[in-house]
Parts: sequence; C-alpha cells; structure tokens
Amino acid sequence: MDAFLAALTLRAGYNAALVAIGAGLLGFAAGLVGNFLFLRKRSLVGDAIAHATLPGVALAFLVMVALGGDGRNLAGLLAGSAATAGIGLLAVDWIARRTRLTEDAAIGAVLSAFFGFGVVLMTVIQTLPRGRQAGLESFLLGSTAGMLYLDALIIAGGGALCVSLALLLRRPMTMVSFDPGYAQSRGIDLRAIDLAMMGLVMAVTVVGLKLVGLVLIVALLIIPPAAARFWTDRSERMLWIAGAIGAASGYVGAALSASAPDLPTGPVIVLLCFALFCVSLLLAPERGLLATALRRRAYARALARRDGLLALASRRNLSQTARRVLLADGLIGANGAATPSGVREAALAARDERRWELARTLRDADPAIAAHDGVSPVEKALTADMIAEIDRRLAEG
Amino acid sequence: MTATATAREGVFASDPDSRPGPLVVSGLTVSYGRAPALIGVDLAIAPGSMTAIVGPNGAGKSTLLKAVIGVAPVVAGDIRVFGETLARVRDRVAYVPQRASVDWDFPARVIDVVTMGLYRELGPFGFVRRRHREAAMAHLDRVGMADFAQRQIGQLSGGQQQRVFLARALAQKADLYLLDEPLAGVDAATERAVVAVLHGLRAEGACIVAVHHDLATLRDYFDHVALINRRLVAQGPTAETLTAENLQRTYGGLLAGTQIGRIEIAYAARER
Amino acid sequence: MLDEIFSPQFVQLSLPPILIGALAAIACALPGNFLVLRRQALIGDAISHVVLPGIVVAFLLTGRVSTWPMMIGATVAALVAAILIEAIRRVGRMEPGAAMGVVFTALFAFGVLLLEQSGSRNVHLDVEHALYGNLESLIWLDANGWGSLFDARALAGLPPELPRLAIVAALIATATALFWRPLAISTFDESYAQSIGLPTRLIAFALVAAAAVAAVAAFEAVGSIIVIAMFVCPPAAARLMTDRLGAQVAWSLLFAVISAVAGYVIAGYGPLWFGLPDAVSAAGMIATISGVILAAACLWGPRRLGAGSAA
Repeated sequence: MDAFLAALTLRAGYNAALVAIGAGLLGFAAGLVGNFLFLRKRSLVGDAIAHATLPGVALAFLVMVALGGDGRNLAGLLAGSAATAGIGLLAVDWIARRTRLTEDAAIGAVLSAFFGFGVVLMTVIQTLPRGRQAGLESFLLGSTAGMLYLDALIIAGGGALCVSLALLLRRPMTMVSFDPGYAQSRGIDLRAIDLAMMGLVMAVTVVGLKLVGLVLIVALLIIPPAAARFWTDRSERMLWIAGAIGAASGYVGAALSASAPDLPTGPVIVLLCFALFCVSLLLAPERGLLATALRRRAYARALARRDGLLALASRRNLSQTARRVLLADGLIGANGAATPSGVREAALAARDERRWELARTLRDADPAIAAHDGVSPVEKALTADMIAEIDRRLAEG
Repeated sequence: MTATATAREGVFASDPDSRPGPLVVSGLTVSYGRAPALIGVDLAIAPGSMTAIVGPNGAGKSTLLKAVIGVAPVVAGDIRVFGETLARVRDRVAYVPQRASVDWDFPARVIDVVTMGLYRELGPFGFVRRRHREAAMAHLDRVGMADFAQRQIGQLSGGQQQRVFLARALAQKADLYLLDEPLAGVDAATERAVVAVLHGLRAEGACIVAVHHDLATLRDYFDHVALINRRLVAQGPTAETLTAENLQRTYGGLLAGTQIGRIEIAYAARER
Repeated sequence: MLDEIFSPQFVQLSLPPILIGALAAIACALPGNFLVLRRQALIGDAISHVVLPGIVVAFLLTGRVSTWPMMIGATVAALVAAILIEAIRRVGRMEPGAAMGVVFTALFAFGVLLLEQSGSRNVHLDVEHALYGNLESLIWLDANGWGSLFDARALAGLPPELPRLAIVAALIATATALFWRPLAISTFDESYAQSIGLPTRLIAFALVAAAAVAAVAAFEAVGSIIVIAMFVCPPAAARLMTDRLGAQVAWSLLFAVISAVAGYVIAGYGPLWFGLPDAVSAAGMIATISGVILAAACLWGPRRLGAGSAA
C-alpha cells in the first residue's frame, strides 16, 4: 500500500514517475482520439493497427541487428512498428473500399495475417544468437519492469506529443465525426482529417506498445469513449470525460503496477478502465442501466395508472395491472370502488385526456404536442393561456 | 375519438357467430426505451380488405407491423390475429420487410430467396424437390420475374428486389399479408405489378395491410386506410376516412408544406 | 519432396500437425462464413481472446492442467463474452464493434492478470503459448510409416488433439449442414426470419457457441492466431470467388485446408530451402498464408466487386 501511494505521488523513483506521467498522458490522448473513432463507429480499426505493429517491431530488430546494432533500441523498434501499422491501416482501407468485403472482415483479416507474419518473424529472431534476449515479447502485453531512462523519456514525450496533437485537431475531428457531409461543405478536407485521425491512432498505439502491449492497447482507445457516452449527449463534454477516464486509468494503473512488480502494466490499466466503464454503465444518470430500468418501470406504471383512472372516469372495467396500481396509490378501495381522491384524480385525468384530444386536433404539428407520451398532464407541454383556449373550446363543445 | 370508439365496438360488440377479424389490435403501446413509438393504438382490420397504414415519418407505421409479428417491445395492449395469438396462426401471416432492411450483397440467387418462403412447408431439414422449385417459379412468374430466377440478387434493381420479396411472401400462401413500404422507391411498372398482385390476393380472399407513403395513389389502391401518428387518428373505408380534417390531424403542419398535401386537402374538401 | 512424404519421419512428425492444422482450419472457417456475412467477423477475434481467461479460471478451479475442464471453461467464457457484448450493445446503444472491444479486452486483461497472479504460469500456461499454440510438438511417435494408419496400437498413440479436433470439426460440419436453411434465412433477412417464427436470437447464439467450441478446440492445439485468421480470411476470400452461399462455403474450406497444409510445409521446410537452420512458427505461417490467399482474392477474385462497389 505504501509503495502504491509512493508511486501514485510520484515518489517511487524517477523512471517510475516518468512512466506514470507518460501513461496518464497516453491514456488522455487515447481517450480523446478513441472518442473520434467511437463516433465514427470505427473503434476496432485500432485493433488492426495495433496487431499490425508486430511485424514492424520484428523487422526493425532484424534490420538493426543486420546493421550491426544491438536491435533493442526502443525508438528504432517503435519506428518499425509505425511502418507496418501504417501498411496495415492502408490495407484495411483498401479492402473495405475496393472489394465487396465490409470493414469488419477487412479488420479481422489484416489483424490476423499481419500478426501471424509477425509471429513468424519472431521465431526467426529466436533462432538468432542475439534473439533470445531480445525481449520483444514484452511488446505483446507491455512491461515497465527494468525500463531504461531513455525509454521512459520516449514514453512521456510521446504521450505529451499525442495529447497536443489531439487537442490541436479536435475541432475538425469533432466536425468530421459528427457530420462528414457538413464538415466537407465547410471546406474541411475529409480524407486529410481521417488520415490525421488514423495517424493519431497509430501514434497512440506505438507509444503505448511498451506500456500496455499491442494486444490490449486498443482497449484504451475504445473503453474511455464508450464509458463517457453514458454520461452525456454533448460531444465536447464526452471528449473531456473520455480523456479523463483514459488519463486516470493510465496514471493509476502505471503507479499500481510500479508498486507491485507482478502486476503487469497493460492488464492493470485496462481493468481499471473497465471498472470505470462498469460504474458508468450502471450508475450514469439518464443513460445508465439503473436509471433506464427505473424510468421504464415508472412509465409502465404511469400508463397503467392513467388507464385505470380513465376507466374509473368512464365506468369501464379496470384491467388487472391498473387495479393493482390504483389500489397501491389509494385511489380505489379493496372493493374496487373509487375513493374520494380516486374520484378527484379520475376527473382530472379525464379532463386532461379531453384537453390533449382537442390539443391534437387543433395543432398536432406542434412538436410539444406530437411528442406527448400518453401520461404527462397537459400543463407540462402547454402554457396557461393555451390551456385556457382549449378549455374555452371544450366548454363550447 | 370516434375512430377509437369504432374500433372498440369492432372488437367487443361484434356478433359472436361471425369469424374473428384477421387482425385486431387493442390498446397497443410500444416503446423502444425513451419516448413511446406507439400509444394506445386500437385497430380492427376487416376481412378481405386492403388497408393502407399512413402517417408521417416516425409515426410508428413499421413499428405497428413489427408488433404484430411479435418483434417490437410491447409495453401494453393485446394483438389478435384471426382471433388467436400470433404463435398459433403464424402460418397464415406473411410479412414483407422494408427492402432496405437486408443486405442485398448476400450470396444468393433470386430463386433461393423465393424458396425461403417455403420454409414452413420444408422445415429446417427438408429437401427442396422439383415441386418446390416449380412452386417457387410459379410465384416468380406471378410477379413477372421468372426470367430472373438464376440472377444474383445484388444485380437487381430496387423494383425487382421488391418483386422478389413479394414472390417470397406469395410462397407462404398466407391469409394475412403485412407489407412494409412495398411501393417505396420502385419504378412505375413494378408499382403496377405489385398492386395487381395485391389486388389479386384480395380477390382470392386474403387480407392485406401495407405501410404506404404516397397519398396521391391511396384512393386508387386501397379500400381501407388507418391514419397513424403514434396514436390511431382514424381508420375506416378510404373514401370516408381520408378527410382533410383527419389528414390535418395526422400530419399537422407537416402535410400543408408539401405539394401533394395541398392537393389532397383540397381534394378531400371538395369530396365533402 | 516425394521421398519426404513416404518417409516414416513424415508420418511421425508432419502428418499429425498437418491434419490437426487442417481440421482446426475447417472447424473455424465453417462458422466463419456466417459470421462474415453477418458482419460479425470480429466475434472470432473477441472469442479467441476470451478463451484465455476461461482456461485460467478452469485451471484455478480444478487445480490442474486437464483438457476437458479447460475446454468447458473456455467455452463458458466465450458464451459469457457473447452475452456481455450483446447486453452492452443494447444497454449502451453502441455499435457492436465498440461493445466487442470493451468486453474482450477487459476479459483478456483479466485472464492475463489471473495468470500472473496465480501459480499457473509455471505449469505450461502462458500468454505466448496461448497466442502461437504449439503445432510442431503434436507428433506421433508410435508411427513408423503410412502403414501405422491401419495399426490399432499405433493409432492409440496419436496426439489426443487429433481425434478431438476431428470430432469437433465433424460436429460443426454436421450442424452446419442440418441447420443450413434457418442459418441462411436468418443471416440474409432477420426480420423475415422472425416473422416465420424462426428463433433468430437462439440461432445467433448457437452460431457464436459453435464458433466458441471451434475456437476452443483449435486453440488448445494451434493457438489463437490461427483461430482468428481462419474465422475471417478463408470465408472472406471465398466471398470474392462466388455469389452462391454453398459454393462460398466450399471455397472457404478449400482455402482453409490450403492455408493449413501450405503454411505448415513452408514453415517447416521453407527455412531449409533458404539455408536457415531452424523452422519458423507454423501457426504464424498458416495465418500469413491465409492472408496472402485473401490478398490474391482481393486482386483477382471473379466476384471481388459487390453490388455496392459496382454501382
């Protein structure tokens, strides 16, 4: 616990602090960029890009060794990963545009074929004298253990770069994600912005390789916006919430993993992110599971109550559910006869129904009237003078 | 109000000897989550009639058909098909979804799609025999598509796709046909062909309910109409129901803005 | 090469992995056809990730590495994932891709964490093994030539993965044939299928379950990379060859078998041709070959352009 607090407050060593900051920045950038992917309904393109990094890492290692180097230079490996990730991205794009296959098939194909090729290259590396200590496996699931100062610096710097680029491009990217046609009409170059968006996805992936690993990096692009969506309908707010969720899980996850060596960084970050998602799913007001269930129950009950009151008013028989609801609300007695308050409420409901009926015939195109849900009283939708007008006409018959 | 009352009488006050109506909907409320898509709809379809479901976009026309075939989230209400719940009379109902609802790039030929309509007959495991193929060809012939039997469905025009869908429904030999926008976006020849087939079915005693969007052709094609805007506004024989007042109540200001709407209102007013 | 095939070593060392690879490819490609047509290609991706937590949990519950509990655990995990994906998609009203991404990454992370925290790492369970499998180790030491195929005693020494995958592949093939019509109808037009009373949700679920069983059986022998590749690449390539569903499935099986055989042979013998001493990963090579086949189909497949792209 102490070790965790120390890591959380950046007192667990210089490298660990750099890594935690880098992970926080990376998470923030991933949340921002993922948000646009999410709105464009292209979340899983990130998975194809991430898996397509593997052959690049392996090729970069082979090239660096062939040139007489050590092969483990992080900058070099990341450059290689970016190269094949870019090719993978173009392949997805090309298959989806030029053939009848849909994008999901293109993603699955590129993901598996590139990853498979990467695995082949990894086994080639294993047979090399230097290969056994290459430690390239750490790119699969991320690892911050024994990270060099320079590597930590690359991650922190890369994270900062991703954040600034994402912030810089957020206006046009929002417009393109929301309404591509309109964005184009305002002179925004769709292809350029899409390209920039995917470039940012690549950047986030590449920076996150060492930290989260290529199997799980896509989680940082998908989960924060998916969680943020529960909290708001406004795109600007969603952007910041997604960024915040990503940043929090990145930072806390890296700190947690730094304090407990057998907690792998990537999975911890992803699981923290998922925990925040679950909280959002359950508890978010308006869109959350709890709120939705309550609202649905309340609506069904309100319908039954309304139906019961109208039945009382017109002396029709009550349905089972209506009887139960009215009894619970004390509007009818055990014998099924209306109580005094039941009589009053029934009269009110009947008047309200007549008012709505007339309101609809008078001005049905009025959105306030057209959107009526069948239970809310007319006072909620119309102003007092409108109601007075309706009542006057009702009185006239 | 009067329309609602009529429907209720149709349901509850009918004489006990008569056969149950093909489709009786009472108090139907459907909600996909937030605002309800249909509220308290009462509807009684007369035997041997051809009814158009009419209303503005988002009025719940397709939802109504979906509720009848049991795939919309019903909050309240009751639906009877030939006096029974749907599960007991499924074989007597044929549903034609909107053309746009399927992937026309699916690897299948025209004849394969029509053969799908024989499912209740073939069952999951039965072999397609010569008589099944001949039946499918006969249905294709009825919609004028026999020459296209071997065509890949992706190569068809919109109107041809609609005809294939209709042929598939014919293969079901149903008594109640529910069609979602069968005439939307089809060419004039297809429209004539589809309407001729539907009128033929009606003449054979079947009952037809179709979502329709074109007020200009409503009178010519349909003998009954149900006006819907999330609630039932009015229903009955086309001539009596399609009044300027009812249209106004269904479409409100939406209709007045359209050319057809103005013509229709004027037309309805003159009829009176 | 021919001498090679008739040598006892070939039957001992190469025949079982080739057969296992081909059977795994077939078992995955069959449901893959329908997943691709339903735009659920990535369900295969998701399933092959969640197999890991299923296996780890089964190991933790039973305390040993034994096949059946792990297969059951993995299948259960795959079905749980499918249910979670559907639930999140509905509740969150989000596109399936995002829901899938949320679920499978979280479950995979959970599996890795469990693996690292428990002792299971020491007992031949690790992430790399899960990803690449170990096709090359599935050898048949009791064989001494092709004649051993008719020798009951030698057959008893076959790697158990082979009969197991054979059974799974046969089961999936039978189920596909039996339920061909409901599958085809509900894949093409779900609302129509519902209107004629087909249990479309059950069919969708059964399809995912079949995919899960295939993935789990294949996973144990060949690792998840082949599983993902075989779910998507052969069916996708087959889609570009024909406009008939039956023909598409046949093409996909052909492509799957070619990938498995060619991938294994190239991985095992290819490096020797280049003068390299050691073989490379067969699983990786099989996935690579399936990708190459798909690339070729994208370039030259007679039906590569759809109605949409042609118009």
